[in-house]
Amino acid sequence: MSLTAKDVDEIMKLLEGSSFDRLSLEVDGLKLELERGGGGAPRAARPARAAAAPATSAAPVAAAAPPPAAKARQSSEAGLVEVKSPLLGIYYRAPKPGEPPFVEVGSKVDAETVIGIVEVMKLMNSVHAGVAGEVVEIIGANGELVEHGEVLLLVRPA
Amino acid sequence: MTIRRILIANRGEIAVRIIRTAQRLGIETVLAVSEADRGSLGAQMADRALCIGPARPSESYLRVETIVQAALGSGCDAIHPGYGFLSERAALAQLCEDEGVIFIGPTARQIEAVGDKLRARTEAIAADVPVVPGGPVGSMSEAQALAAEIGAPILVKAVGGGGGRGMKLVERLEDLAATMDIASAEAGAAFGDARVYLERYVAQGRHVEVQVLGDGAGKVVHLGERDCSVQRRYQKLIEETPAPNLPEDIRAAMHEAAVRFAARLDYRGAGTVEFLYDVARRQFYFLEMNARIQVEHPVTEMVTGVDLVAEQIAIANGEGLRFAQEDIRIDGAAIEIRVNAEDPARDFMPSPGTVSAAHWPTGEGIRVDTHIVAGAKIPPYYDSMVAKIIAHGPDRATALDRLRAALRETRIEGVSTNIAFQAESLADPDFAAGGVDTGFLARKAAQAEV
Repeated sequence: MSLTAKDVDEIMKLLEGSSFDRLSLEVDGLKLELERGGGGAPRAARPARAAAAPATSAAPVAAAAPPPAAKARQSSEAGLVEVKSPLLGIYYRAPKPGEPPFVEVGSKVDAETVIGIVEVMKLMNSVHAGVAGEVVEIIGANGELVEHGEVLLLVRPA
Repeated sequence: MTIRRILIANRGEIAVRIIRTAQRLGIETVLAVSEADRGSLGAQMADRALCIGPARPSESYLRVETIVQAALGSGCDAIHPGYGFLSERAALAQLCEDEGVIFIGPTARQIEAVGDKLRARTEAIAADVPVVPGGPVGSMSEAQALAAEIGAPILVKAVGGGGGRGMKLVERLEDLAATMDIASAEAGAAFGDARVYLERYVAQGRHVEVQVLGDGAGKVVHLGERDCSVQRRYQKLIEETPAPNLPEDIRAAMHEAAVRFAARLDYRGAGTVEFLYDVARRQFYFLEMNARIQVEHPVTEMVTGVDLVAEQIAIANGEGLRFAQEDIRIDGAAIEIRVNAEDPARDFMPSPGTVSAAHWPTGEGIRVDTHIVAGAKIPPYYDSMVAKIIAHGPDRATALDRLRAALRETRIEGVSTNIAFQAESLADPDFAAGGVDTGFLARKAAQAEV
């Protein structure tokens, strides 16, 4: 089986209509890679990451093209505290791949509670809540680049 | 590999400069910004701005790992380091090499080779490039012999010194022993290292540098020279090309020496070989090589028509040199002044703040490289250089006229600048005649005090 130009066109249309930014297709030794916007997907540091990181394979589909700066929060409730990333890096919500996230919506946290990890070139940095209360919304996306000062989650202070 | 998205690891005017070329080439840009630069012109122009840390450079622009992580995390295939910050840090080039990110600049090894002054000097000698006569001395008899060879006047320099510190002048050879004793004792006390070396003292020197481009495989071309002799405390303020009133044989020999030096290293990318021209002796000596794009690169671009940043990107992209030496033509002359946010009336104190109004000059042959627009903030954490005004003309006199007129047209409000001070230098008859030495501004200041 091989792909005709028409097939490729169709696949491109499928990608365009989807919510994905990148598509990787392998058929009988033929490899097709499509990417929205022509940009590269985010990458983590090259050698195998230390055990702490989930999503080791950096699955192409999950690793979407760069998100538009900070994501908009949905909670409009007043008085919520923003927990921000203390540095730029790749944000992970769980200590290891396959393990449950450090916190979920509804989790009770105190100032010392670890709410995630930010990786900078294989160096894992714990992020603390810095406030006591209840997690109301998770904003940072797992496995994605977060900026210094980007909001990771919202906490309703106790 | 094709470069499609570049992370710019710099700020200010050079970030804007790099973004402009990238946009023209259809390459996406991601600008790394500190908290203080979130609202900068570069951040607005780039396809994406990523905050990498607090304002203090040591916590943002100087973080090698953070820069590379930002590039990887935002899908960039290349990093442009600009000048200053990490541009000549071999560690950044090395980490890029390890991570498969293209470093738009020389290899880590080349940066190391030219970054160490003693090693660079050794490389220069090996490339048959003249260096300032002198060298380390272990004993007084060695010193006497070397001094006789160099000839007076001589500088006794502390090995641990630098930037003008730890130097003593010996006018007559018979004073050498006494001065060496004092210099060695002082060096021991000041730098914890009593070793000294001797160097020929150049009473009247000009700073002339040669722009080169190398393909990384031994092929190197030069794009003429720049005269940067108008300096204040080793800081360049006015740069121009061609170097005025430089003997043609010297000019040609400098170009060839710079190419030899870079070719010996298989130099990759844009670089500048700096020389000290000894006016009285009609000789030039290697000073150092800057392994990056230079602040004053626009004057070269104006007379050659070559976009040096585009060539840096092409070389990094594996396209090699896109022209031969004979394709480089020097068209007329270009002069640049650096606009610094500083107050000449208060001993050139930096003048950070918010720019309330900015009017930059336009007109034939005028180019302005800046990130300063009305409302721009000049944070106190960074270099005070905020713009470069460049004038090009068919000859030096025309370029100078255009530059003077351009300065009259320039209005920056809200912060102090050195524009009026720069205009005075341009009006000076010695500068107008061309070919002043590095003592020009110091002499003017001394005269003003009398």
